[in-house]
Amino acid sequence: MKSFLRRFVKSKSAVAGFLIISINIIFALFAPYIATHQFDDMDFMYILAKPGEGGHIFGTDDFGRDIFTRLVYGSRISLLVGVISVGIGAFIGSILGIIAGYFEGFLGALIMRFNDALLSFPYVLLAIAMMAVLGPGLFNAMIAIGIVMIPSFARVIRSAVLNIKEETFVTAAKVLGASNMRVIFSHILPNIVPSLIIYSSLNFSGAVISEATLSFLGLGIQPPTPSWGSMLSEAKDFLQVAPHMAIFPGLAILITCVGFNLLGDGLRDILDPRLRK
Amino acid sequence: MRKYLIKRSLQIIPTLFFVLFITFFLMKLIPGDPAMVILGPEARAEDVLKFKQQLGLDKPVLIQFLMYLKRVLTGDFGKSLIYKQDVLSLIIERFPTTLTLSVLALFIATVVGIPAGILSAIKHNTFWDLLITVLALIGISIPIFWFGMVLIIVFALKLGWLPSVGLGNLENGLWDVIKHLILPSFALGILSMGTITRFTRSSMLEVLRQDYIRTAYAKGLRKRLIIYRHALRNALVPIVTVIGLQLGNLLAGAVLTETVFALPGLGKLMVDAIMRRDFMLVQGEVLFVAIIYIFVNLAVDIFYALINPKIRLSYERG
Repeated sequence: MKSFLRRFVKSKSAVAGFLIISINIIFALFAPYIATHQFDDMDFMYILAKPGEGGHIFGTDDFGRDIFTRLVYGSRISLLVGVISVGIGAFIGSILGIIAGYFEGFLGALIMRFNDALLSFPYVLLAIAMMAVLGPGLFNAMIAIGIVMIPSFARVIRSAVLNIKEETFVTAAKVLGASNMRVIFSHILPNIVPSLIIYSSLNFSGAVISEATLSFLGLGIQPPTPSWGSMLSEAKDFLQVAPHMAIFPGLAILITCVGFNLLGDGLRDILDPRLRK
Repeated sequence: MRKYLIKRSLQIIPTLFFVLFITFFLMKLIPGDPAMVILGPEARAEDVLKFKQQLGLDKPVLIQFLMYLKRVLTGDFGKSLIYKQDVLSLIIERFPTTLTLSVLALFIATVVGIPAGILSAIKHNTFWDLLITVLALIGISIPIFWFGMVLIIVFALKLGWLPSVGLGNLENGLWDVIKHLILPSFALGILSMGTITRFTRSSMLEVLRQDYIRTAYAKGLRKRLIIYRHALRNALVPIVTVIGLQLGNLLAGAVLTETVFALPGLGKLMVDAIMRRDFMLVQGEVLFVAIIYIFVNLAVDIFYALINPKIRLSYERG
């Protein structure tokens, strides 16, 4: 653990990513204290106000709502969708990946063929199609994004399991009479955790962008709940008169995704010994 | 090589089967009675019944799936409820716009991404490397629809250099069409550009560390010759795969770009279908893109095998 922390602190990319995400988490947790207004307060004196006008740091939208406040509250949605969707993808993907990698055979082949088929759908398209059928909303968005993440997690975990199960300590455990469940839980699982952490971190940005995409298309979070994607969706009709309505939510998504990608890249360098060499 | 071609081609059969299963199952996710939802609340009872009989919705699920397979394999993707037209013909009508946009985006991404990746690798650990790495990171983190909006604000609304919406008209000359496609292609290509740059950089760095490169330097060969003739040739092999695989993602990404730039392609058709709950059209489009994606992957794999002697020789030796 000490050596991990030492390497983490030395990695500029991991530290930068960690800082960005920490700020994001602070915004999400303390939104009511950080926000300058209520997220659905309408200031009719300052409709489409430019940044800085009338005490609105990032200006207001077409309903006179404070953009900074909505961004702060929007971070809650982005992080929530990230955590739940990546959680679903990682959990189910890991189970499938472990089964396919450890047992192989017919079941493994069947899982991987189904997995390949799911991977044949462009990621965003499948989420859009699922939302079109399930109907809009936060819960459905998290489920849809989580489901489309399953196959890529399954593939990564399967290849990690295939490598680990050939290791001498796994063979030794089997020779000593350990059951499959014991081998999986005591020897395989702890060793796939690094892959899982790296891949989860890299997928977080995918989840944040997917939520924004669905909300942008009107399929994700519904008004008046503030989400960065729905803010962009509302902004597209006001690009000429109020470009700030589009600039700030987009920047929020970009900075958050850069943060998660930096952290993911950093963790990969730290935790993947092959790359560390 | 023939063995590889046959084996790889046969592999797509189960994948296609599962893809059909998934698109079929997609419609099963519709809450409530799918026929009622698809036809809408104003549909007459006899129309609902007729619709159910046509699609076999009154039959067991397995039979429904077999009927769906038969329909799709004979090119019948169903009928769009909003356009009152065959889904496949609607898709084929709009596909050229999306394909042109995607290919242009891929072209821009490759033309910028490969040289940027090479520069980053040969200037490893310098200011240029840092700059390109940061830009590529932004490229893979940026929401393409937002980037499209930023391009519209800057180049269409503020500077007035390029049009912001529409496809242009060939009657006004080729330039009219091209200038309408520049911003959407650039917006769509940004993600692939970032991916290709990052991949080229890491692939080049890996090759530049190889012994034969060190030998080339030791022999006194010029740096330019070593980089372009020895390193790049070998580094390009895996890059080709990454470039090819981008096309499928670009086709899907076009859904968003076409929405922002109001282009009449598959994406716009898809969004309209979603908004008006035309499920047959949504299902048909998803299936169509997935099939294209599978065949693009197949073509990329075959091309990779052709240019990579390792795969070719391993199959020739049996």
